[in-house]
Amino acid sequence: MSLLKFFVKGRSAPVARDRLQVLLAHERTLAGRADLAEVLQGEILEVIARRIPIDREKVIVRLDRGDQISTLEIDIEMPAGALTPT
Amino acid sequence: MSKVLVVTSGKGGVGKTTSSAALGAALAQSGQNVVVVDFDVGLRNLDLVMGAERRVIFDLINVVQGDAKLPQALIRDKRLETLWLLPASQTRDKEALTEAGVERVIDDLRARFDWIVCDSPAGIEKGATLAMRFADAAVVVANPEVSSVRDSDRIIGLLDSKTRLAEEGTKIDKHLLLTRYDAARASRGEMMKVEDVLEILAIPLLGVVQESPDVLTASNFGAPVTLHNPASPAARAYADAARRLMGETVEARSTRPERRSLLDRLFGRKAAAA
Repeated sequence: MSLLKFFVKGRSAPVARDRLQVLLAHERTLAGRADLAEVLQGEILEVIARRIPIDREKVIVRLDRGDQISTLEIDIEMPAGALTPT
Repeated sequence: MSKVLVVTSGKGGVGKTTSSAALGAALAQSGQNVVVVDFDVGLRNLDLVMGAERRVIFDLINVVQGDAKLPQALIRDKRLETLWLLPASQTRDKEALTEAGVERVIDDLRARFDWIVCDSPAGIEKGATLAMRFADAAVVVANPEVSSVRDSDRIIGLLDSKTRLAEEGTKIDKHLLLTRYDAARASRGEMMKVEDVLEILAIPLLGVVQESPDVLTASNFGAPVTLHNPASPAARAYADAARRLMGETVEARSTRPERRSLLDRLFGRKAAAA
């Protein structure tokens, strides 16, 4: 049994190291991401509000990080007539 | 110039309290005036590990809230004149700790001691962030195990953003203390090696404490391992770490496993010393 185990047992440490490296690379970019979305939301709103009256509750800013591309999604609902020239 | 050192890890059970006691004692054994402060409010254990559990009258919360003066709450170690303990409260909750209160106590301690070793609670909540808040340097305790290393990475992020030094734009000194290391298992590829953890966490190594029965024996007796069994490998590792904290250059000890005969290995026998 011991003899068999000695030869067969897989080396698990490299697996642990590789999994951690992948995970932490991801988590480190994540750190502060929540804050970033909040900051972006505030600043984008500020710029838009200079030109168009908008309801702050009706703005959604979402950051999504994918393997290939990441997306920044900004969804602003504008009141009727906001774009009609005065 | 006194130094505030936080001993932290994120994950529980990796050896923060044991390491705080051992490092504190090792610093005191080199003649430094040391206080070890337990920040684990509600779950204090440093008093027990240091063998002072029957001498606690006042605690950190009492001092923070002004119910007791600092000298009333400080407990002097019975074995070492230069080693002191400031216990945590066992009955209160961590909400009783305030940032302003902790800052005042740390400032008072700076006036009396060379080293203020803050034993952080596990987690990333208020107790842990207050323990690191006013630190000049940090010892990140980790085991060579995935969850511990991940949590350490998280804690390193907090040390770089939530401490006062970080907010002032200065990077806090961070040191890795790898505990419960089993060199034999690491050499067989069953456990991450020191180098693996160092590469992942990317902070300088303060020391490697090998898995050892001496650590448990010392805490059973209520003594820091550097006091209880100074000749043991664990105590020597902590003593080396303390010297490095004091700025000395101490050569790394070998973390290679003791050699076992081929027969022992084939039949799964443990080395006699283990």
